[in-house]
Amino acid sequence: MTTLKTDPGVDLESFVDEVTSLYPPKVAKKRRAHMVVRKDGDPGLAQQIEANTRTVPGIITQRGCCYAGCKGVVIGPYGDMVHIVHGPVGCSFYAWLTRRNQFRARGEAGKNYLSYCFTTDMQDEDIIFGGEKKLAQAIREAAAIFRPEAISVHATCPVGLIGDDIQAVARELSKETGIPVMAFNCEGYKGVSQSAGHHIANNKIFDMALGTREREAGRFSVNVLGEYNIGGDAYEIERVLEKCGIEVVATFSGNSVYEDMCTAHSANLNLVMCHRSINYLAEMMETKFGIPWMKVNFIGMRSMSQSLRKIARYFDDAALTARIESVIAEEEARAETALAAYMPGLEGKTAMLFVGGSRAHHYMHLMRDLGMEPLVAGFEFAHRDDYEGRRVIPTIRVDADSKNIEELKVTADPERYRPRLDPAYREQLEREGLLSSYEGMWDDMGEGTLVIDDVSHVEIEKLIHRMNPDIICSGIKDKYVIEKFGVPCKQLHNYDYSGPYAGYEGAVNFARDVYAMIHSPAWKLTRSPFDTGPTLTAGLND
Amino acid sequence: MLLRHTPTEIKERSALNINPAKTCQPIGAMYAGLGIKGCLPHSHGSQGCCAYHRSTLTRHYKEPVSAATSSFTEGASVFGGQANLLQAIENIFSVYEPEIIAVHTTCLSETIGDDLNQIVDKAVKEGKVPDGKQVIFASTPSYVGSHVTGFSNMVKGMVKCLAVSSGKKNGKVNIIPGWVEPADMEEIKRIAGMIGVSFTMFPDTSGVLNGPLTGEYHMFPDAGTPAEDIRAAGDAIGTLALGEWCSADAARTLDSQCKVPCRVLDMPIGLKATDRFIDALRVVAGTSVPDTVNFERGQLIDVISDYHQYFFGKKVALVGDPDQLIALTEFLLTLDMQPVHVVTGTPGKKFEARIRELCAGKGFDVNVRAAGDMFLLHQWIKNEPVDLIMGNTYCKYIVRDEDIPYVRFGFPIMDRVGHQYFPVTGYKGGIRLMEKILGVLLDRADRDAPEEKFELVY
Repeated sequence: MTTLKTDPGVDLESFVDEVTSLYPPKVAKKRRAHMVVRKDGDPGLAQQIEANTRTVPGIITQRGCCYAGCKGVVIGPYGDMVHIVHGPVGCSFYAWLTRRNQFRARGEAGKNYLSYCFTTDMQDEDIIFGGEKKLAQAIREAAAIFRPEAISVHATCPVGLIGDDIQAVARELSKETGIPVMAFNCEGYKGVSQSAGHHIANNKIFDMALGTREREAGRFSVNVLGEYNIGGDAYEIERVLEKCGIEVVATFSGNSVYEDMCTAHSANLNLVMCHRSINYLAEMMETKFGIPWMKVNFIGMRSMSQSLRKIARYFDDAALTARIESVIAEEEARAETALAAYMPGLEGKTAMLFVGGSRAHHYMHLMRDLGMEPLVAGFEFAHRDDYEGRRVIPTIRVDADSKNIEELKVTADPERYRPRLDPAYREQLEREGLLSSYEGMWDDMGEGTLVIDDVSHVEIEKLIHRMNPDIICSGIKDKYVIEKFGVPCKQLHNYDYSGPYAGYEGAVNFARDVYAMIHSPAWKLTRSPFDTGPTLTAGLND
Repeated sequence: MLLRHTPTEIKERSALNINPAKTCQPIGAMYAGLGIKGCLPHSHGSQGCCAYHRSTLTRHYKEPVSAATSSFTEGASVFGGQANLLQAIENIFSVYEPEIIAVHTTCLSETIGDDLNQIVDKAVKEGKVPDGKQVIFASTPSYVGSHVTGFSNMVKGMVKCLAVSSGKKNGKVNIIPGWVEPADMEEIKRIAGMIGVSFTMFPDTSGVLNGPLTGEYHMFPDAGTPAEDIRAAGDAIGTLALGEWCSADAARTLDSQCKVPCRVLDMPIGLKATDRFIDALRVVAGTSVPDTVNFERGQLIDVISDYHQYFFGKKVALVGDPDQLIALTEFLLTLDMQPVHVVTGTPGKKFEARIRELCAGKGFDVNVRAAGDMFLLHQWIKNEPVDLIMGNTYCKYIVRDEDIPYVRFGFPIMDRVGHQYFPVTGYKGGIRLMEKILGVLLDRADRDAPEEKFELVY
């Protein structure tokens, strides 16, 4: 836990009261529970935040839907699959190439469908008479034209309402075409945010693909879970891991192919980047196959090094540990040299972070490496465990809006369950907090910081007015709102079309981009000279 | 190859749309709503739609796009979204204080059959709509038509919810510009101003979606058509609706509702469509066209004559929205170009007929498809290559694979600046379009010419 060096001079408790007083009383009470002013020395047990509850209608939320969480986030990045969106045209159109999950086809003849957008383009007659036949035909056409490794089908809002049985169509067409067809019931209205879609995607991967094919993996083999290769992040992570002698079996799901989804159970360790979107799979893989998982953070130089050391500790091999230490030394030295130019311009700058379900936390470490201070942070759709740590999971109550998201019953695979660690060593690592644990965002936020869940437009406006941060990290919908105020906004979903931001090279890229953004001449030019000069001048020659 | 799996051989598809040349209704309604002064668009559905529509408009304009949503949950999806919308209306007016909320629907609320008329009525009766403020609405089912249909439906919604006839004409002409860029709306107003017509234009996104950076943020910029002007549209002497797909419905509704006669014209893109627009303005206002307008027209003709040799006979592939493509096709034909492949994702057989009619007797065969997609367009291009492609940002994947000169045109353009600041309508817009086309054609000539044939002057 750290405390602020820069006191923004704002009494946060009264600020929060003031902001919530803008709402009608019932809404004010609800929103108040989503804001927590962090108190120093609180281990996260006394303070509690409300999260993963329904969005207040009309409030102007940043949130998206279940479909976006399933197709847009978890499944969409699989490059050799054809992803068919069963619905009217919009859902597939808006998710067409707009998330920057990069993908390289495997070899010259490798398949890559990521530039394409596939939809059943439902019409009113499909709503009235049902869309199952059209969906079946669409799968047939996709199979005939493209012969992909697998096909996914994603339900959108009306599909659930009209009762199309996409699971039955998928089973039937899998048989008919000989291509695996995975159907996801990720209708947009399910749950309260993208989060429900993550869970639905995890379940189906686990249920239908994982463990269906075998592969030989070496001793130091890992999967990277919850890493979507935005702007090439996964490439940088893989580069460093491979340099250390660590084999990446599968990444879920950046730069991945269907085969990876099927063989991931052969790895010896799961590394969880985005806890929110993939912790379900990590848990289920451990129960069924005996693969332990650990939370890592590859964003920021020091977190990257720390994560590598955790991996070394897990594998407990002298040669591997030595190699990891030499990679850390080399990479840190190179990054520090490159960062020297930017550090003086970033030191002491204040920031706010409002990003999805994990980055608002991950990037705090990188910012602190650069001498920057996060004042306020929040997630769109994370749950309490992402804020408060997994220790609070037993106390989380699933409310009416999310209770219909299925929980799979998982048991150990009678043949393939294999404990990866000696029980005594495992116990020791658990005691050290290295396994099956995530401390949550606010362990890293100290006295005088503010946590806001599902932040609304008006709340961001008030924060800017009152706290005047040097930079805000958010997404496309907020970027230009924030910048109209003269405050730079770094998009931490799409990196403003830059990247990678992960790993050592990523830290340098991020520092350069943020430095350029904060020091852009534009912010100093907003006042027009005609507004500030005297209204009358005597002549042109003086 | 980015689109390495697109085969040259064309097989008819009956169910799978690949690389759509359209998107869904509500985004058009949101765009139209932003053209009313002090208006907050509201999406009555689950919140994913609203997030996507705001994001897409923002990527196109690099500007804030404010809109609220009813944020349906599973419960609301089964039992109806009335409570969500009522709560949203109350929250929006107390927190964001718009003058007007423009509600549109999604496939979700349309499938469950929410009755907007009844819900808005209830909101008014329950006092959730402050005095002097209003809630207008339009039904915009995503499974009918396209984003263009949604735009049209919301403009019609403006007329239905706002326009009234007082029985006394106000001497003004209504101009419904259709889905054009803020810069085009500005240009259309400038032209009407030059003709000396007293007019009301709606919607009008100029100043809303191409605003300045001043260090201050205003959710509702001092721009857009005031609601009272749309109300008074019922007293106008006539309506000029630009674009059959975007504007005709609203104009005809205004005619039947308030007895304001209307005329549907093409969007004023290119020489002839601009001529017809100006002629219509002149006639309806009873004025004569000033020299300044003829001067601009003459400049356009001058550029056509100066550079005709580079346009002559060039084959073009076009993809986009029907009203823009009809006018653009006519303009390219005026330049002696050959629009050989024309695709819109928006359904409507009239489109195909109109394009065929325009191209008839020009010495080439045109492939045209309404409710087509960009996969088909790409296959057509593979079978009959073109010298130029014009369309939205998604064309760049075809362009890179096939190495074709490319002019960004239409919606969305998410990777370049300009469309929000410089018009393609009017005579000035015609010159700008030619400048852009010549730019890419002559850059290509410069790139490909052998050294000894490399030219200094064109």
